[in-house]
Amino acid sequence: MPVLNAILDPLAFPFFVRALAASALVGLVCAVVGSYMVLRGLAFMGDALSHSAFPGVVAAYLLKGPFYLGAAVAAVATALAIGWVSRRGQLRGDTAIGVLFAGMFAAGVFLFSLIPNYVGDLFGFLFGEILGIGVGDLIALSALSVIVLGVVAVLWKEFLYSTFDPLGAEAAGLPVVRLDYLFLALIALTIVISLQAVGIILVVAMLVTPAATAQLVSQSFGRLVSIAIAIGVICPVIGLYASYWLNSATGATIVLVETAVFVVALIVARRPAASGRAVSQPPAA
Amino acid sequence: MIQPPPSTEPRERAGSDTGAARPAIALRDVTAGYEGRTALEAVSLDIAQGSLLAVFGPNGGGKTTLLKLIAGVLRPWTGTVETLGVHAGEAARRIAYVPQAELVDWSFPITVWNVAMMGRFARLGPFRQPSKTDRAAVSAALERVGMSGESRTQIGRLSGGQRRRAFLARAIAAEPDLYLLDEPVTGVDVPTEEDLMALLAIEAGAGRTIVATTHDLAAVSRHFAQVVAVNRRIIASGDASLVRDPDILSRTYGGHLLVLGERAVLLDDAHHHDSASGSERHFHDQGKP
Repeated sequence: MPVLNAILDPLAFPFFVRALAASALVGLVCAVVGSYMVLRGLAFMGDALSHSAFPGVVAAYLLKGPFYLGAAVAAVATALAIGWVSRRGQLRGDTAIGVLFAGMFAAGVFLFSLIPNYVGDLFGFLFGEILGIGVGDLIALSALSVIVLGVVAVLWKEFLYSTFDPLGAEAAGLPVVRLDYLFLALIALTIVISLQAVGIILVVAMLVTPAATAQLVSQSFGRLVSIAIAIGVICPVIGLYASYWLNSATGATIVLVETAVFVVALIVARRPAASGRAVSQPPAA
Repeated sequence: MIQPPPSTEPRERAGSDTGAARPAIALRDVTAGYEGRTALEAVSLDIAQGSLLAVFGPNGGGKTTLLKLIAGVLRPWTGTVETLGVHAGEAARRIAYVPQAELVDWSFPITVWNVAMMGRFARLGPFRQPSKTDRAAVSAALERVGMSGESRTQIGRLSGGQRRRAFLARAIAAEPDLYLLDEPVTGVDVPTEEDLMALLAIEAGAGRTIVATTHDLAAVSRHFAQVVAVNRRIIASGDASLVRDPDILSRTYGGHLLVLGERAVLLDDAHHHDSASGSERHFHDQGKP
């Protein structure tokens, strides 16, 4: 049974099992947060926040502190700073994102260049090293996942309303501004959770691609989230096996699997009859 | 018949049997706008409980701004806004706001049912999930607007009239004391206009207050009891016959109005909206092109 062996063989390695658990968990959290993210038009924000985690990661490395803490502080601080700068209103949101994320990434590269004889770890930071994940990492990752999923479970309605109709939600008394900031912080935490799996450069794919794929085939929000979760959990598993047998870079392989699913959905999915505004106006009931 | 914006009191008479003493909405000397651009200036206005009131005026004249002030989502630069007896914004749970159709993302993956259910979200609070009562309220609201058969349809697949019906269902499901409606009958078919306005008249009759903006002067005189003409200031307020007064119309619309004998023809582009000013964009719009 070569197929069965292909599935079972790698499971003999504890590092592979840990990587499977971690990547499925990361995929789950990313799919949930990513579903709101794509509807809020925050894909670029996700990319920016992952890059801005870099100086935090390097600082933690230099100070021998926990990697998660450094990344979380840097990413959350940048998220709030972007929110604050664009809310002041003199600059467009994407301008604020562009300036701050490049600045933060430069700070990371600068710090990194101060490390004597730096070489090896750069690749790990940038592209992830999920096969090197330890038991301690897995625990930290699970704890952070519980926090993010818990917040979404409590506030799913509020996030949904303020995403769909911020004006109506605010008029009805929802704290829309605070929800916006809180959501940015959730994106930042989700990125921290995902860094070790796919690295700084590719995190945005874990966040955006499953939700974007689901959006192509969903007419309701519940369906969007369910499909995103299915894709977000299954693709990393397939990607991990593929990278094991092809001996390829793990994070990149996972992202390629997700991208392939997206392309298939793009081809297969019929364009909905009316998306956007004022497309067709069938005679009214 | 012509009433310049006096600060003398009761201008609204109809529908005030129930709410007697205190107006549902009171603006005093309000000036407001966006980032240095003044949208409304020195506005004082009382709206009685149970009013069915249309706000009309040119695009960019401050109609939407007035709604936002009443809702408490925009703070005045100077002056005070009282809504339902408290500072604007403090009675939010008793308000239902229906935005302009142009501001809604119709490709959003959401069904009619869930749009209506949003009307229940604010009163539920974070920890409670929609219950049987909420589902019953949503179901009844969809029934009232004639959308029960479309409850599982994604909103982008609806006609223009159905889209307005779905949003009115959301407002009804919230069981508000005050409806704020931005262009509720713009671009809808005649049966929908009749249905929606009949529903709003019933709500007003039950003591709820309705404030709607519109460009459609014909709709104003057909369906509304009271009107306010706005162009940066309150030009006039009173009963719906004001929209047939050429003097008020020309002061409201300035040079955009052509008066032909008895008829006033509006030379106002209905599709250019004051909503596009950069400062009004919401934070999470960023990233979108």
